[in-house]
Amino acid sequence: MTDIKNAETTPAASPPPAGRGKPASRGSAAANRTTLLVVVVGLILVVALFLFMVTRAPADTKPTTLGFSLNSFFIWLGGLSPIVQIPLVLVVFGAVVGLLLLLIEYAPRSGKGYFWLRLAACFAIPILAFMLLRPYQNAVIYVLGIAIILGAILFYADYRSRQGAGYLFQLILFAAPAAILLLIGLVYPAITTFFQSFFDKTGENFVGFENYIWTFTNPEGFWSVINTLIWVLLAPTIATAIGLAYAVFIDRAAGEKYLKVLIFMPFAISFVGAGIIWKFVYDFRQGDQLGILNAIVTAFGGQPISWLSASPLINTLLLVVVFIWSQTGLAMVILSAAIKAVPPEQNEAAELDGASAWERFINVTVPGIRSSLIVVLTTIAIGALKIYDIVAVMTGGRNDSTVLAFEMVNQQQRFQSYGHSAALAVVLFIFVLPLIIFNVRQIRKQREVR
Amino acid sequence: MTTSTVVLEPTIDKRSARQVARDTRKHEAMARKRLTSKGATIAAIVIAFFWTIPTFGLFITSFRPGSDTQSTGWWTVFTDPSFTLENYRLALTSGGTALTLAQSFLNSLAITIPVVLFALAIASLIAYAFAWIDFKGRNFFFIFIFALQIVPLQMALVPLLSLFSRGLTINEVTIFPGFDLRGVEHSFATVWIAHVIFAMPLAIFLLHNFIAEIPAEVIEAARVDGAGHGQIFFRLILPLAAPALASFAVLEFIWVWNDLLVATIFAPSSSLPLTQSLNSLSGTWGDQWFLQSAGTFISILVPLIVFFLLQRFFVRGLLAGATKG
Repeated sequence: MTDIKNAETTPAASPPPAGRGKPASRGSAAANRTTLLVVVVGLILVVALFLFMVTRAPADTKPTTLGFSLNSFFIWLGGLSPIVQIPLVLVVFGAVVGLLLLLIEYAPRSGKGYFWLRLAACFAIPILAFMLLRPYQNAVIYVLGIAIILGAILFYADYRSRQGAGYLFQLILFAAPAAILLLIGLVYPAITTFFQSFFDKTGENFVGFENYIWTFTNPEGFWSVINTLIWVLLAPTIATAIGLAYAVFIDRAAGEKYLKVLIFMPFAISFVGAGIIWKFVYDFRQGDQLGILNAIVTAFGGQPISWLSASPLINTLLLVVVFIWSQTGLAMVILSAAIKAVPPEQNEAAELDGASAWERFINVTVPGIRSSLIVVLTTIAIGALKIYDIVAVMTGGRNDSTVLAFEMVNQQQRFQSYGHSAALAVVLFIFVLPLIIFNVRQIRKQREVR
Repeated sequence: MTTSTVVLEPTIDKRSARQVARDTRKHEAMARKRLTSKGATIAAIVIAFFWTIPTFGLFITSFRPGSDTQSTGWWTVFTDPSFTLENYRLALTSGGTALTLAQSFLNSLAITIPVVLFALAIASLIAYAFAWIDFKGRNFFFIFIFALQIVPLQMALVPLLSLFSRGLTINEVTIFPGFDLRGVEHSFATVWIAHVIFAMPLAIFLLHNFIAEIPAEVIEAARVDGAGHGQIFFRLILPLAAPALASFAVLEFIWVWNDLLVATIFAPSSSLPLTQSLNSLSGTWGDQWFLQSAGTFISILVPLIVFFLLQRFFVRGLLAGATKG
């Protein structure tokens, strides 16, 4: 909704992108105020209708549809074999996107026919979208009312838009699918999880900071915090360092392509696969060793060690090795391309000045690939913070090897302890926060330059 | 890529220009020689060796007869070679859970391919709007979406799951009753939606960076010819952004194919992907490394093929997005 209001109040400084609609001549301040007023009144009406709906006692509780719904489509699709489902769902999705693009293309044009097209679309789309959700009978009348008012607001705001009619319409069609997905899938869950972290197991009784105290005092919670810190400090730095070194070593060497593939291959292997591969390396048993690590230890006359139950910290470090092994390829591929983009003249100039290979690397190459380095480090760091699979497959969090993201799922699935799980999620969120803030700053700087 | 290349206009005659060029080539050759010195090559080979050995060990094991793998290390194969394909047959047909590996292989395909295309389409639409449609709060919303990467996947799982299964009911008024997909044989809908949602922030960010770099003149010209946003997007942006789309497709394919957590939470038991089957089988197989190894290589095969097919796009598209600056 903010989109509508924002576009309403936008000063006409920006050029109308598809300004073949109505000219922006009636954009006087008074007309602008009227538009704003109408939109605000409309929104208030929507909110009132919504409140009215949720305070009505349920009369009848049966789902209502227009004869078809998302649910019936998914049931029909689910009955087919997986391989048949792929083309079918793609065709349906393609048709929806195609329709969207057709509307975006034709609706903004000026003319009587296009006017009616816009009007019809503004009402049809919200109604269709709400009805696909199968609202219960007691809600239908209100849901339809809300849909119709929303359609009317959209059409009116679009018609009065400074950039010409159709401008807002196409903007919303472009942005709506992603915006809806993000709202229901990320924004809404993040907010509910935050509130849940202050409630107990069942989510009914307010417990204040008890879940957070549990996180830092209970052994599982405590180790998950410590281990996550180890992961996020070691994994990105080591993976990036090795990836960078390797990229420099093989730069312009013979067979560079094949040498790259060798390092990159682990990145394409799932963490489950990687976990099995490394469990085999760390394998421990009585008698002859199958795992190469213990085979080396025994070959030097040592006692075989059960690596993955060796605590504290040894098993965690061995898990971090798996992650580094897997992510170095990504670091290497990106950094290698970045190194090639550093202008060779700079390197030559430095060499003429008598700089050694190491000095050239530190003073020319590294500053030249700085932004790539930041991207690689943060990507791997965020990956390390959210790591789940490696721990789940290799140790299952036993012997103090648990991490935040794993313990979160563990508390949820095994102990049904949603409060603890939510508190762990919020702690993880706080760990990711500085990384994102740092990156956002970088992006803002870049966008200012542009 | 905005490189800060400074072009110096030479004010010298042709002969000395040739001389300079020759010198430059000589220096370049010297620089190359020094960068790829013996030490560096050896170090690279050592790294490559350590990176390959774990995979190689399991790869060998997957072809060794089961009884051999239980008693001797894989390195003994060099002195006592014997190979078989039996492990792969056994692994594909055995199922610790309700599914065999072969069945869950199909499930993985049915999860991954639609997700990649859905995510690309939806993300490129909004990325185009961010790049080429002017609206107030454009920067704010763009950065907000980028910052949504902050939300850990795990944090969103439970609320999303309850939305899918129980729907949205406020004060006994049910606006959305949830999906009733019990008893449906192969239902991937919830997995698709969940994966697409989690892919959004990064997809929008990377694709926007690429789409925003398409020269404004190209788009202006199309507009003058009477094309609206719909045509520009479909006929111009999609083909021009192909490298970025391909590189994100590879990345997303690898991630979704290799995902364990999202599928475990959202997929019904008959629709579980390869990673989940492999994980549970690895528990039941326990120390039977010949089965685990064969199963692992079956799961690695597809992402590797995808990567090799599309790898020439991979770096190009990713870099335009990732390392602007």
